[in-house]
Amino acid sequence: MNLDYYEKHKGEVEWQDGEYTVTRTTAWSGPGCHDGCGVLYYTKDGKLEKVEGDPENPFNQGTLCMRCLEMAEFVNNPTRLGHPMKRAGERGENKWEQITWDEALDIIEEKVRAIWRDYGPESIVCHIGTGRNNCDQIPYMAHAAFGTPNFSMGYLAGDSCFCPRSASMASMNGDFMIADMSQQFALRYDEENTEWRCPEVIVNWGCNAVVSNSDNFYGHWIVDCMQRGSKMITVDPALTWLAARSEYWLRVRPGTDAALALAMINVIISEDLYDHDFVEKWCYGFEELAEAAAEWTPEKAAEVCWVKADDIVGAARMYAKANPAAIQWGLKLDQTTNATATADAVNSLWAITGNVDNPGGNIIIRNAFDENLSYGYGYQLLSPEMQGKKLGAEFPLLSRAGYSSSAHADSVLAAIETGEPYPIRMVWMTSTNPIANMGADAPRVYRALKSVDFVVVNDLFMTPTAVAFADLVLPAAMSPERNSQRCWWVPNRTMKKVTQYEECVSDDDLVTMVGKRLKPENFPWDDNVGWINHILQYECNDKIPYRTFDEACQQVWAYPEFNYYKHEKGLLRMDGQPGFNTPTGRIELWNSNFALWGYDPVPHFKEPSCSPVSSPKLAEKYPLVLTTGARSFEFFHSEHRQEGTTSRELHPDPLFEMSPAAAAERGLEEGQWCWIENQRGRCRQRLHLNPTLDDRVVRAEHGWWFPETEGAEPHLYGVFDSNINNLIPQCENDDTGFGAPYANQLCQVYACTPENSKEMPSIRVTEVDGYSYEGANRSGNGYEGYPENKPE
Amino acid sequence: MSIEYGLLVDYDYCTGCHTCEVACRKAHADWDGEGNFGIKILQDGPRELPDGKWEYNYLPMPTSLCDLCAERTAEGKPPSCVMHCPAHCLYFGTIDELSKLVAEKTHRALFTPYNE
Repeated sequence: MNLDYYEKHKGEVEWQDGEYTVTRTTAWSGPGCHDGCGVLYYTKDGKLEKVEGDPENPFNQGTLCMRCLEMAEFVNNPTRLGHPMKRAGERGENKWEQITWDEALDIIEEKVRAIWRDYGPESIVCHIGTGRNNCDQIPYMAHAAFGTPNFSMGYLAGDSCFCPRSASMASMNGDFMIADMSQQFALRYDEENTEWRCPEVIVNWGCNAVVSNSDNFYGHWIVDCMQRGSKMITVDPALTWLAARSEYWLRVRPGTDAALALAMINVIISEDLYDHDFVEKWCYGFEELAEAAAEWTPEKAAEVCWVKADDIVGAARMYAKANPAAIQWGLKLDQTTNATATADAVNSLWAITGNVDNPGGNIIIRNAFDENLSYGYGYQLLSPEMQGKKLGAEFPLLSRAGYSSSAHADSVLAAIETGEPYPIRMVWMTSTNPIANMGADAPRVYRALKSVDFVVVNDLFMTPTAVAFADLVLPAAMSPERNSQRCWWVPNRTMKKVTQYEECVSDDDLVTMVGKRLKPENFPWDDNVGWINHILQYECNDKIPYRTFDEACQQVWAYPEFNYYKHEKGLLRMDGQPGFNTPTGRIELWNSNFALWGYDPVPHFKEPSCSPVSSPKLAEKYPLVLTTGARSFEFFHSEHRQEGTTSRELHPDPLFEMSPAAAAERGLEEGQWCWIENQRGRCRQRLHLNPTLDDRVVRAEHGWWFPETEGAEPHLYGVFDSNINNLIPQCENDDTGFGAPYANQLCQVYACTPENSKEMPSIRVTEVDGYSYEGANRSGNGYEGYPENKPE
Repeated sequence: MSIEYGLLVDYDYCTGCHTCEVACRKAHADWDGEGNFGIKILQDGPRELPDGKWEYNYLPMPTSLCDLCAERTAEGKPPSCVMHCPAHCLYFGTIDELSKLVAEKTHRALFTPYNE
């Protein structure tokens, strides 16, 4: 049998397959995630019929996850938004009047000009969801069209998705570093024709990589490496599939990863397993790091982390002795009130073992062809005075030191609530659904957004966020409906439009339309293609092999040249000298940037803000440690919940997990609907028994709403009923402003009964103004002995 | 009867990601819809073993709907589950070819779901 179909079409970007037109391109969120996989779109009569992986694309090599395979179910979903609409009833009534795009733009222009006149541009805030294709366009709209410095994620507390780790990496190394799975080479795992080597050991820390595909890392690359001989170490409170195949599974207590990392550093230094040559030549502050780690004996860490001391020693030795070894880390390291120090500690591990920019270690990566737009795109168009108004100025690492190019989401929320330092009059949200997903304290975000004068929601579907707050709802194009381009590390990728749904408009076009109304001088292009051409010509270096969108579509992706050991070759610093792009030219184990702004320059452990240790009295009532946000294959955060889709068929209900012993103690059984409750609020999910969990730990899903149910308030698609973010605080960050305790709270669990289910959480929040800590102070957190809203 | 082609699963590497199930469904427009799959992932574990290690395996098992993507292979395309599997743990080929792969490594299972 000759299976050469794809080989025969190699190099073609569009061809005919019977009644289908096949287009080779890439996909980017939304719908779905931000990995940018290569796809083949099959269209017929202008309609997307099916999606296949592109075997020629080095990134995913023809494979795909189920969400791209089922994409047509969402693209052709009859419940999606197709037309601009303005609110016809009260907010929350879910009554709308269809309007034209011109009418929508008229309303936006009038509102923005009035706010400019009466309050100033800073009173406008723009939000997006995580990793979207629009992470260039919407920030540019904020800065270049509205003139506000306030762009941020949709109430993502402590910017705790990659930003804390990126701030630590940028300050320590002067660059971002990622686990080397050969993703920077078009030839991929070809060890003969690249310098790549398969890692001897891979540490998967704080993310179930094969499920989450986080930070532009296709998780199954780890499986590819395992097939080529990599051994695994996994750090996770639950036994993931990868953990089951690991030499060491460190079942860490949620939120204590820094203590674990410090103990591993201590073992590696005290047993003389560190890379003397690399440390001497390329690290700064080794003695100070060694001193900070010295108190972290494996026994002490074992007590704090609930991990066996022998396993800490064994994992540290295995990691340090491997050559090379790579650490693939994830979001859970960001989701504590000790986020930056945790990232510092893990970054120190790869530094002292010399796994820095080496084949198969942790490599220094930059965006392909220096296309560095992202959240800061257009920020330089703002005056220094306007830049100074960016919310979150009280956190110097985020603001003055420049380690965050977005406004601080918690500070935005506080400004809406208090009117300080100035009032927020308009909120624009594109493909973000904060009361279902990102907002740490969903009821608090609900109360706050209700008070904003003018709210625009631009999304794929009608969401609880749109129903509750929007004055205008604008339909967003999905990935196969956009001409666009995107870069996250490598390669640079093109997205080609193959279909159109009703009046949906791409992010590139919508922002151009809005921008031309308000500040046409900043939008010197006609449409999406014009903007992409502008970016390819002016926002990339001269090595990019295409300068127009049409040329880019012929190539679909482009990899830049990659060099290992860039610090030795003078490829990192502006002055062209060897070394890292830091003040000392070395990797700063003693972080001089942190010291400059008054933060601890070496990694440290701080007990989670709410835990059995820090809140023992509270733990008597809520004895279980709650971690949230683990992904499942079926969903990308709050997306993919539509009824009748394959995702929902395979995963119909929200699930939480506890150990069989913990469940038996409470008389609970598999599949039972239970209340998960703490001092802040409660939600209900179905119990799945997980025998790998510590009896003291509960894991709950995030992002749940029920699009098949009533959208109007008080029900609001049941968005608060199963919402674990009824139990999580907002505005409780690390002292750097980064990080938030999504993954380390306390809770209790009990069975749902008809008696205790009379008042569902959605009713409680929308009708009775309930939840968030209802003690003395509405914005308090209910922990004893804990400084209100201000971690030390 | 002489069966020519089969499907081999290396269950050391199946992560349970559902790709094969959905890829299969989308390759069969005539029965694409709720409940129908030509391959289904079975799960064993996680379960603690006497030595403290954990048993946790997935096994994609072809159902009676599996036709080894006869339409696709006729067009020169590999079966959709095999092509899309992110773990690269599925193999399509003749029984002879697959038997050799079975002999190379443990934890492989050879299925013969379909014969023309």
